This record gives sequence, structure tokens and C-alpha cells, in this order.
Amino acid sequence: MGESMNLMNITQTHYIVLSVLLFCIGAAGVLIRRNAIVIFLCVEIMLNAVNIALVAFSRGLDQNRGEVFVFFVIAVAAAESAIGLSLLILLFRQKKTLDVDEINSLKGNL
Amino acid sequence: MVESLPILSIITFLPLLGIPVVLLIPGKNHKFLHGMITLFTGATFLISLLLIPAFKGTAAGFQFVEKINWIPSVGIQYFMGLDGISIYLVILTTFLTFIASISAYTAIETRVKEFAVTLLFLEVGMIGVFLALDLFLFYIFWELILIPMYLMIGIWGGKNRHYASLKFFLYTLAGSTLMLIAAIYMAWQVKLQTGQMSFSLLDMQALTLAPQVQIPLFLAFALAFAIKVPYFPFHTWLPDAHTEAPTAGSVILAGVLLKMGTYGFIRFNIPLFPDATVALAPFMSGLAVIGIVYGAFMALVQTDVKRLVAYSSVSHMGFIMLGVFALNEEGLNGAILQMLNHGISTGMLFLLVGMIYERRHTRAINEYGGIAKKMPLFAIYTMIATLSSIALPGTNGFVGEFLILSGGFLRDHFLGIVASSGVIFGAVYMLWMYQRVFLGKIVKAENEGLVDLNFREQAILVPLVALIFAIGVYPKYMLQNFQQPVKTLIELTASKMPPVEYVAATNGADAKKSEDAIDDGAHNPDTKDVNPEHSGGH
Amino acid sequence: MIENVWLITALPLAGFIVIGLLGKRLGEKLSGIIASLFSAAAFVVTILIFMEVLAKEESARKIIVKFFDWIVVGKVNTAVAYQVDPLSLVMTLIVTGVGSLIHFYSIGYMHGDKLSAKYFAYLNLFMFSMLNLVLGSNLLIMFLGWEGVGLCSYLLIGYYYETKEAGDAGKKAFIVNRVGDFGFLIGIFLILFVFGTLEFSELEQLAEGHKSGEMVIFWITIMLFIGATGKSAQIPLYVWLPDAMAGPTPVSALIHAATMVTSGIYMLARLSFLYVKSPETMMIICIIGALTAFFAATIGMFQNDIKKVLAYSTVSQLGYMFMGVGAGAFSAGIFHVMTHAFFKALLFLGAGSVIYALHHEQDIRHMGGLRKKLPITHFTFLIGTLAIAGTPLFSGFFSKDEILWKVFNYSPAIWLIGATGAAITSYYMFRLYFVTFYGEMRYHEHGDHKVHESPLIMTVPLVILAALSLGGGLFGIPHILDFFHMGNLLEEFLHHSVSDSSVVSHGASTEIAMMAMSVILALVGFFISYKVFFKGKRVPGKDEEYSGLPKTVYNKYYVDEFYNIAFVKSIYHAALILWRAFDVFVIDGIVNGVAKLLRNLGGGMRETETGVVHDYMMYMAGGLVSFFVLLFLFFL
Repeated sequence: MGESMNLMNITQTHYIVLSVLLFCIGAAGVLIRRNAIVIFLCVEIMLNAVNIALVAFSRGLDQNRGEVFVFFVIAVAAAESAIGLSLLILLFRQKKTLDVDEINSLKGNL
Repeated sequence: MVESLPILSIITFLPLLGIPVVLLIPGKNHKFLHGMITLFTGATFLISLLLIPAFKGTAAGFQFVEKINWIPSVGIQYFMGLDGISIYLVILTTFLTFIASISAYTAIETRVKEFAVTLLFLEVGMIGVFLALDLFLFYIFWELILIPMYLMIGIWGGKNRHYASLKFFLYTLAGSTLMLIAAIYMAWQVKLQTGQMSFSLLDMQALTLAPQVQIPLFLAFALAFAIKVPYFPFHTWLPDAHTEAPTAGSVILAGVLLKMGTYGFIRFNIPLFPDATVALAPFMSGLAVIGIVYGAFMALVQTDVKRLVAYSSVSHMGFIMLGVFALNEEGLNGAILQMLNHGISTGMLFLLVGMIYERRHTRAINEYGGIAKKMPLFAIYTMIATLSSIALPGTNGFVGEFLILSGGFLRDHFLGIVASSGVIFGAVYMLWMYQRVFLGKIVKAENEGLVDLNFREQAILVPLVALIFAIGVYPKYMLQNFQQPVKTLIELTASKMPPVEYVAATNGADAKKSEDAIDDGAHNPDTKDVNPEHSGGH
Repeated sequence: MIENVWLITALPLAGFIVIGLLGKRLGEKLSGIIASLFSAAAFVVTILIFMEVLAKEESARKIIVKFFDWIVVGKVNTAVAYQVDPLSLVMTLIVTGVGSLIHFYSIGYMHGDKLSAKYFAYLNLFMFSMLNLVLGSNLLIMFLGWEGVGLCSYLLIGYYYETKEAGDAGKKAFIVNRVGDFGFLIGIFLILFVFGTLEFSELEQLAEGHKSGEMVIFWITIMLFIGATGKSAQIPLYVWLPDAMAGPTPVSALIHAATMVTSGIYMLARLSFLYVKSPETMMIICIIGALTAFFAATIGMFQNDIKKVLAYSTVSQLGYMFMGVGAGAFSAGIFHVMTHAFFKALLFLGAGSVIYALHHEQDIRHMGGLRKKLPITHFTFLIGTLAIAGTPLFSGFFSKDEILWKVFNYSPAIWLIGATGAAITSYYMFRLYFVTFYGEMRYHEHGDHKVHESPLIMTVPLVILAALSLGGGLFGIPHILDFFHMGNLLEEFLHHSVSDSSVVSHGASTEIAMMAMSVILALVGFFISYKVFFKGKRVPGKDEEYSGLPKTVYNKYYVDEFYNIAFVKSIYHAALILWRAFDVFVIDGIVNGVAKLLRNLGGGMRETETGVVHDYMMYMAGGLVSFFVLLFLFFL
């Protein structure tokens, strides 16, 4: 038989940290990555990070308000992805590239 | 009968009624459109003439007053009124717009419909400026003229019109914004001192403001007006705007818009800020005199005849402002009269330039020469306008200029002397221009085919000529209307000024004797037989 | 009749308007007749009024007739009013009388010029202005006339407007006059300041209250005198008069000899009550008058254009008038105005007759031998020459002599300058006379343009003026020559109108000696001229033959060239530089600079609009972060 592993309890804090980490990763990805689809994925990551945080707090405060809100977020995220991806397809048809740095038609500094 | 009607509003907004009428006319119908403009401007002019018999020249304060509460929460009213100063400015405005519309028959051939709307809209603003007695209302009318003028220069102007129109618009606008802020401050002060916020001029006049407060306010208002006048060194928009504008635009610009600046000084700066006025009068007078000489010098070296007349306007407005800030009867009366005179004579000059431009499409002086032979009538009219411009006695220009210089000299000998040198320079640049254009032999072949003035052109010049001599010979008719408001202005400022020594005596006894003599000698020798005094000597 | 004094000015004005509007239809002859008749009518009215005034007793001879208020504002209280008194009447008689003669003469002289209706209109307008000048009861009406004659001068000098000469000359006249007018205006303002009125009668009363030699009186009189130097062509503002010869000759006769140029002396006489209170100014006037008289005479010695000689002669004679006035002898000055009007108009019209006969030849080197061809012209011209030289019994003798005598009493030094000038005057006038009328005829008659005497309408005025040049002296016979006990008519007539501060500190014997001296000087000039130009039959050389001092004098001492560089060109170039370097570069530079600045500012800020979404997101993230950081810091 061995020693019993000193497992930490998974507390609320762990969830929050996970949420923050995921959010940061997502944010970094949005700011750094050039491929539009990847940016969308990162935005999804950010949204899910927020979901995790909501669930964690909801559980911590012993309310179900947060969890209900999560459903709203998921629904909105889905709708937004649908529209965004279709815009992306149209954009790709015009510009033939998905590199966001190349898409600067609204450039104002001539 | 006239008093019972809201006559001022009628005059102000009648051109506005013309706009929907014009819009209904098809754009191709140039003749009809021009006719419509003339009809509405003419009607406005005729109605404005009704003011003359109905106006009481000796009554103090404002007449035909219309006062309606507009935005009570901030004290803005629709407050319009007329006094001796504004009555003739309004009539000058309606008259010049009417004449300008006739001059445009052959000058404006594209987008006539838009021109009609622009001109009519412009007229509303101009008349409103002279009649508004509520500062906010005044500001509205003041800004109202910017867009139409911008369009007029920018669409129907000369080669460099875009630069000129934009410069005019932005320069004038920039100056006016400070005026708005100052006006709001004043309205707020009214609220502090009387409990009720108000933009009305009369309420603001009743304010007591410390001199230190008055000075920045004075300057804020002065900036807006100084740009409009134009005062040196804020004058550089004028040559461009005048030169590039179409004839009708130049006539209105020189004839009316510039007067808005001088009017502003008289109507607002002096009554609202008397202490500041007295304190800053030497500075403002000095700047005006610089304008006189500087404008004349600039006019001397121009090669574009319209630009020359534009700079001459700078010089003339310098005279007017000298008269204003002399702050005495002679100067102020002279200045107000000269405002009208300048509108007539410079308006006439621009009309004449427009006429020759329509024939040859050039404004360069060296493109002409000797054209008096081909266009003798034109030469005569131009000579008359020139003489009025250089203040030949017998013309209107002399009466105004003499009064201004007298007033200026009485106030400050040095400035008066420098300003008087303007009579020399005025003659120089005008006569030199006249010689280069009209006299000598015809050197350019294109000038051989010039046709003299037609009936329509003469028809608009003749009334101006008549006015030039009528005012020159019998100015009393107009001057008596200015006396009352001028007296009011002087009373406001006189108490704050150092007393002026009118008699330079060698000793006390002589001074007393001379003062008595002045009192006695001040009346007219109305007699047919006067017992002569012994002349000295023998 | 006196109340109708307005007729005197209204008649020429009516003439101007009628001819001005209908000139084309009337044609040259009718215009000339109408103009002359209106002018003559004014003369008749003047005579009637003159008689009426004569009938009054001396103290009642000043009548002011007011018509309507003109400018009444504050201290400026002037009406359109005329002052009928001896001084104004004398001037009016001269202006209307000589003026009418010249009008009639012009009908003949301008014959053939299709556009001369304009000429006659201007001539009438001139009469109107000049008469206002001399009749006005206040300084402002005088100034109205003053500038009015300046305008007419401009219009008439520039009559042949297609030539550059005429246009330049007209413009020069107007502008130089305006420089003088500037001084005049300052004088008016000073008077307003000190006295509060511009009416002559009131000023006369008020002037009593001021002591002699006061600073203000000095400045008033000096500034007004500057105006006079402009209008009456004295140093330094005489330069316009010789150039004015570009106008038709009758214009030169009327305006630049008989009337307009005498305005300055009239003004001084009118304000004599003021001038006698400023001895310093009087001295300056006398000196300038003397210098001008001498200076212009020397130039006249060398001129070869018949009109230019007369022009410089006019400047010189005006100098004499100012000399007399400066010495305090105002009525002597007016006397010379009168006699000068007679003989100078005569000389100019005579010259005009010669020019007309020789088809507009004006160079005396191309004249000669005209004595037999133009008998009347010759004879009258001789009379004029004798008069101007100061030959005894002729009018010029009496007037010039009175001036010289008074000046001698005032300052012998100045007298010397004047006397020398008189000798020179005699010399150059006879030079002109001999070269023009004697010797061989150097003019080439071509075709049927034979040289013959001018028509009656031109010669009759000549004869009338000759008679006046001869008999005009009767108006001012000095006491020592008063054999018929007539008295000095003019001086007595003007007694109450003008002041007199002249002194006579020498006795009658000195006076006779001086008189003899003048005659001798005149004879000296005559003899030299006689020797060289009559006996010696000398004709002045071609332009290239001049050198050295004569060349300088011939070229008018290069004064015009000097003025051109010192004033005209320098002001023009200064203005040009001021425009380019200051107005365009500095002021407009600032205006455009502001615009540029804003545009660059905007341009700079526009760099942030890259169109790349990532950049925008960066900004957002950055903004958010800084917001939270600041919030955090704030809460600490």
C-alpha cells in the first residue's frame, strides 16, 4: 500500500485561476494571432473562460444565477460565431486571405 | 400704419419666402430665375424704404421693436429693433442686394437656381444682423451669412475660389466663437445681477462690470468684429475673398458684410463695455490708422484691379474705425456716414470691375490701357466712383472722411495727421490705376472690340451716382438721423475720458476770452448783412 | 442782386451739366458758345453785384449770404454760404472776366476738335469750382473749390488723354496738389481745434483774442501755407505746373496763369488776419516766394518750348506774389494777382495763337519771323512782354514795383533776390519775344497750311487783355506817382477785407530810387536779350549742344528726376516689399501657417488609423489596462 496522496481540494480558487488563465490565453491569442479563424477560436476561449468563472462563483455563492447566465453566454457566443464566420467567408471571397493584418481597407492615414 | 406691422420681421424674412418660389422654377429658365431674385430683393428694398417716413429721427432708443420670448429658460428672445444707426444700413443692404441681383443677369449663368437660393438666404442673414438686439439672435444671423457667402465664392468665383472661400469661412468663424463665449458669459452675468438670465442687449447694457472684466470681454467681441471689418492685421482674408468672388458677391461683401464688423463695434463693444472702450480706444485707433496707410500701400502695388479695390477697402475701413474710436461727435457721425458711403462707392467700383471683366475675362491691369476711347461712358462712371473713393468735396466720400479726420484729429493730433496722409495715397493708387486702364493709347488688340455700357448696366449705376452727389451736397438729411444714437454712445463713454483741451491759450486771460468767443461764435451767421469786424493791422 | 450771388456759380454749373449731358448732340461749336455765354453771364452778374457793393459805404461791404446747411456735426458747423466783400469781388471779377475771354478764345482754338464739347464742359466746371473757392464764406467751401479746381485741372491737363504725356501730367498735378491739400487739411483741423469754427467772419473776430507769435497760430498758418505751395506752385510743390503745359493752351492760360494758381495767394489774403499774427510764417512765406521767383526765372532762361517758358514764368511771378504777401503787403499781392492775370493770360493766349497758326508747333527754335505774319498776335504779345518785364506805365510795373518796394522795407536781402529775378525775367521774356517773332522764319510752311493770323474770336480777347495789361496799373497807382490824385484804388477798396502788416521805413526818395532801380534792372535784362537775340539773331541750340551748368538749368536742375527717385520710386518699392515680405510672407504666412499646422496635426493623428484591426485592439487593450492601473492606484 503506499502513502495516501495529499490531494488538494479543488476549491473555487482553482476554477478562477483556470478562468483567468484561459482568458489571458484567449486575449493573447486575439491580439497576436493573424489568422482570422484562430482569432475567433480565441474569442471563444475567452467566452468560455468567463463561463467557467461564472459557474465557479455561482457555486461558491450558492446561487444558480451565474449558471443561468452561462446559458445566455453560450447562446450568444453561438449566434455571434455563426454571423462572424459567415462574414469571414465573405471577406475571404473578397480579399483571398485570412490574414487580418492584410485587411486594412479602412486605413485612414493615406 | 407701418408701426402696427412687424415690419422688421417682414423685411428680414421676405427673401426667405422667395426660396420656395425659386425652387419650383425649372433650373434651365435662367431669365425667369433672375427675374424672380430681382423681384424678391426689389420688394424687400421697397418695403425697407417704408421705414424712412415712419422713422422718427429725433427719438432716442429703438423703434419698430419686436420682442417675443423664444427660449425663456436661457433668456433668449426674438428681439429686433431699429435706430438711426441701423436704419440706413438695412436700406443699404436691401438696395445693394437688389442691385447685385440685377448685375448678375449676365454674370451668373450656371446653377442659377442655387445662386438664387444662396443670395436670398444671404440677404436674410445680413438684414437680421443689423436688426437683432438679442445677442444670441445676433450670433445666429451673424453665422447665417457664412455658408451662403462660402457657396457664392466657392461655386461662382474665380480661379482660386476654393482657397479664398474656405479661408473666408474659417477665419470669420474662428473669430466669432470667442464672441459667443463672451455673450454667454454676459448672459450669465445678467442672471447673477438681476436673477433672470437674458441675452438682450438692453439688459446687458444695464450690467455693471468691473473694468478688468470688461477688457477681455471687449477683446473677445472685438476679435470677431475686427476680422470682419477687417482690422489690420486680420485683413488677409479680404483680398482673396473679394478677388475670387463673383461680382454680386464682391458688391455684397464689400458693401454690406464689412459694415457688419464696424456696426458690431458701435452696437455692442461701445455700449456694453464703455470703460474698456475708453481704455483701448488709443490702441484701436492706432491699429485703424495703420490699416489706412498699410491698405493704401498694398493697393499701390497690385496688378489685379479687383485686388486693388479690395485693399482700398482695407484702407477705407481704417478710416471708419478711426472715426469710431475717436469717440466724439464728429468721428462717430462721420464713421456711420462713411459706412454707407463706402458701401455705395466701393459697391459701384466692384460693379464696374465686374462689367469690364464680363467683356474681357481678365482683371490684370496691364491687359487694358486706353479703353476710355472705346468705352467713354464706362470711363466717366469709373471716374465718378474714383472721385467718391478719394473723397473729393462734393461727393459723399468727402463728408464722411472730413468728419472722421476732424474727429480723429481732435482726439489725437498725431493719429489725425498720419491718417490724413491717406488722402494723398488714395489719390495715388486710384489715379494711377485709372491711367493704366483708361488713358493712353490702346495697346492690346483685344481691347479694340470693347462695347460700352448697355442700358441695364447704366440703370444700376445711375442711382449710385445720384446718391454719391446727393449725399455729398446735402448730407444733413442722413446725418440728422445719426445724431441721437451717437449722442447716447458719447454720453456712455465721455464721462470716463480725460478732458480734452479745445483751446490752446497762451495765458489764462486769453483762454477765458477765447472760450467766451467760441460760445458766441458757434452759431451760424445766418444774416445777409453782417457788420464787418476791423481786420487787424494798419 | 447780392442775394442772387448764387447765380455766379450756378451759371457755369448749369453750363457744365447742359454740355455734359448733351455735348455730343450739340457739337463743338455750340458747346463752346453755350459755355462762353454762361461764363459771360456770370461776369455780368458779378459786375452788377460789384456796383451794388460799391454803392455801399466802406463798413457795410461784407455781406454773407447763406443758402443751406452743409455739414453740421459737433464742431463742424458749415453751410453753403458765400461772402460778398471787396476781396472776393476782385477775385470773382478776375475769374469771370478773364475766364469768359478765354472761353470765347477757346471756341477758335479748339476748332476742329470733334470732342471739344468735353473740353467746354470741364472749363465750365472749373469756373464753378474756382468761383466757389473765392466766394465761399468758410474754409470748407473754399476747400470744396480748392479740390474742385484740382480735379478740373486734372481733367483738362489730361484732355489729350491718348498721349502718355497728358495722362502723366494730369495725374502728377492732382497728386502734388493733394500733398499740398494734406497740409491744408491739417490747417483746417487745427483751426477747428483752436477756434471751433471754420467761418471766415467768425475766425476774424476770434483771432483778436490771440497774441502774435503763438505756437498754434504758427502751425495753422504754416500748414495752410503748405496747401498754398501746392496749389500755387511754389517750392517744393511747383513741379506739376510745367508738366501741365501738356493741356490745351487756353487751359494753361486760364488755370495755370490767371486763376487756379492764384488760389494760394487768395487764401493767404482771406486769412490775412491770422497770418499777421505769425511773423515767423510770414518770413518763411517771403523767403520761399523769393527763392521760387529766382529759381524758376533761371530755369525759364533756358527753356525752348514757348509754353514752358511761360510756365516757369508763372511759377516765378507767383513767387513775387508770395513775396509781397510775406512782407505783409497783402493787397499788393492781390494787385499782382490781377495784373498777372491780365498779362499772363495774354501771353498764354498769344502763345496759343502762335501755336494755332503754326499747327501745334511749340518749339521756339522752329519759329521766328512771325512779326509780319501774325501782326495782332505779335503786337499784343509785345505788350504782354513789356508788362511782365515791368516797363513803366504798364500794369506789371505798378504791381511788381509795389511788391519789391514793400519787400525792400521788409528785408533788403530778400529784395535783392527778387530784384535779380526781375532782371532775369526781363531777359528771358524778351528772349522769348525776339526768338519767336523776329529773325528768319524757321518754320516750314507746307501745302495750303499757310501761316496766317488767327481768327477774330481769338484776337479780340488778345486785344482786350492787352488793353488791360496796359491800363491795369491804374488800379494801384502808388502815392508818389499819383499825379492825378486817383489814390491807390485797389488798396483802398480792399482796405477792410485784408490786413496789412507791411512797413514802410524808408522815405519817398528811397522809393523813387528803388523804382528807378527796377526799371534799370529791367532794361539790363532787355539789353542783354536784345543784343543776343535781336541784333545777334541767335537761336537757341539743339538739345545735345547743352552742357555743364546751362544743361543742368535746362533740365530744371533735375528736380523732377530727384522727386521721382526719392518719393515715387522709393514709396512704390517700399510698398512692394511690404506687400511681398510682410503681407504675403508674414501675415498670410501666419494664417496659412495655422492651417498647415492643423493639417499636420491631423495628419499626425491620422497615423493611428491603420485599418488593421489588431492595432485597434491593441489600443483598446492598452486603454483598458491603463484604466485599471489608474483605478488601482487611485484606490491605494
